[in-house]
Amino acid sequence: MSTTRVAAPGDTVDAVKKDQRAPRRGVAKHGKVTPWLFLAPYLVLFGAFVILPVLLGFWISLHRWDYTLPNKPFVGFRNYEQLFDSSSRQFEAFWQSMQATGIFTAASVPLLMVLPLLVALVMNQKFPGRNLFRAVYFAPYVLGVAVVAVLWRYLLDANIGLVNYYLGLLGLPDRTAWTTSLPAAWVALVGVTVWWTLGYNSVIYLAALQDIPKELYEAARVDGANKWQQFWNVTMPGLRPVLAFILMITILASANMFGQSYLITQGGPGRETRTAIYQIAETGLRNYQMGSAAAMSYVLTAFLMVLSVAVFWLFRERKTR
Amino acid sequence: MTTTSGVHEATDPTTIPTDAQKGRRTITPRTVLRYVLLVLLGLIFVSPLIFMIVTSFKTRGEAAGFPPTWIPDPFSTDAYTSILNARGTPVLRWFTNSLIAALANSALVVTTAAMAAYALARMEFRGRGLIFGLIIGTLFVPPVILVIPNYLIVGELRWLNTLAAVIVPTAASAFGVFFLRQFFLAIPEELEEAARLDGASPLQIFVKLVLPLSRPALATLALLALLTNWNDFLWPVYVLFSPEMQTLPAGLSTLQSANAVRYDLLMAGAVIASVPVLILFVFLQRFIIEGVSRSGLKG
Repeated sequence: MSTTRVAAPGDTVDAVKKDQRAPRRGVAKHGKVTPWLFLAPYLVLFGAFVILPVLLGFWISLHRWDYTLPNKPFVGFRNYEQLFDSSSRQFEAFWQSMQATGIFTAASVPLLMVLPLLVALVMNQKFPGRNLFRAVYFAPYVLGVAVVAVLWRYLLDANIGLVNYYLGLLGLPDRTAWTTSLPAAWVALVGVTVWWTLGYNSVIYLAALQDIPKELYEAARVDGANKWQQFWNVTMPGLRPVLAFILMITILASANMFGQSYLITQGGPGRETRTAIYQIAETGLRNYQMGSAAAMSYVLTAFLMVLSVAVFWLFRERKTR
Repeated sequence: MTTTSGVHEATDPTTIPTDAQKGRRTITPRTVLRYVLLVLLGLIFVSPLIFMIVTSFKTRGEAAGFPPTWIPDPFSTDAYTSILNARGTPVLRWFTNSLIAALANSALVVTTAAMAAYALARMEFRGRGLIFGLIIGTLFVPPVILVIPNYLIVGELRWLNTLAAVIVPTAASAFGVFFLRQFFLAIPEELEEAARLDGASPLQIFVKLVLPLSRPALATLALLALLTNWNDFLWPVYVLFSPEMQTLPAGLSTLQSANAVRYDLLMAGAVIASVPVLILFVFLQRFIIEGVSRSGLKG
């Protein structure tokens, strides 16, 4: 394989694995400070906007930090205690938003695991027009959440929207208030998100499917395995690392859902679809209660870390299989 | 993945033809069924986009009318003229802002990530493993944790409500470093050694040899950064508060709160925000999809 080409479609995982060998040790090739000069621009940005904020965020969460007030008194873990104290002002709003994030994640992740896999399995066969269909399914993803959400709020309009119109033509209920009633709002938010990101997960699945050696399928066929058995005994084991990866990024993306809710339902009805991110941003950046908002973001992060560990544990290499 | 994926599927007379290969020779009901399903699915993905464009050329009355129509009658550009000239929603200004921010951010991402990735791929120094580990570790930090403190840092720098706020803080791309380092490691070291023996400095080797060889990878990263920045929503909504400073996604939100049910205007705004990325996608689809499928291989 020529090394001067990259990003060429059809590269296999072997090509990438080969790339991971350590560089060979040679004679002194550069001065002592040279590497640091190369690293400096990145490290400045990385330090100022990634490392520093992670630490500063924790520091903020230990204070009653109102952006508009001169005093930011140290309060220890009070902000965290309030999040777990059912009599506090923050408790209700925060846990309702965590629940909203939980509902959204629980509903969208399974769909975004299974549907893109089905699409990828179809696209993994050879047929004319395959690349065109792949591009079509991927297209919504290149649009930002703002475009997608503004567009779908129109399509989902209860009175003049395309969705209710076509449901009516099919003889289905055509008066659903998709953006202002439950559970319709959740169906709408999950549906729009699936429409938006299905292509993204499909493309990752497809790359992984194409890395499964064809010889394995042939060996399975020789052993008399039917299509279904081939799927469970060759395809699924071959996809395991990528399943873990997609599960991980989909959970993280779902837990970070903001734009859809902000623009389609405005967090409504009531505050039912106001997600944790939405709540954190409004608390910290609209009401300027940054201490409390920072504490919320650490609690949410803790939840996500527990989930990540669970995913890694679930997909760990097992010796007997 | 595309037409070049024939390595495994090469026609080898000893292999049993798959259903797909059989299907190419004769039209079976299965093939027909497949295409019907593919086209139906395709319509679900494309028709909303077409309807968005169609609606942006309708009059105010037709856009709010029922039942919905697929061909504007009369064909009208009122929506565009009305939002392009509106005072509270300066769409042209948003477009310029978005363009400047996306190009500047993309350039910053690629430059800083390429330099850092080269040092991490090819140079020997104490702490290399630690720094690489730290950078990769942040791939797993949920971005939410950065929002509140970065708002304060950006405020401290006097960048709130300026484009710097949407250009600089998101430019430290851990994915970019990871992605380019992988690529640099695959370049044969002999090339660089030869250049070194000819007396080239590390900077000369990097700029004149390594970067030109890495064009496809740099283009992929630049495109992904461009798209991400162009589409970013939460951060611009909160850090760019005056209408004339906003980027298109934040502006769309402003447009929506100003014209809740003026769908003709909203669709015109959405079209303006989508056309550049859709054009990029049509022409550079290969790089974008490849970049995305590459991101999966790290799993």
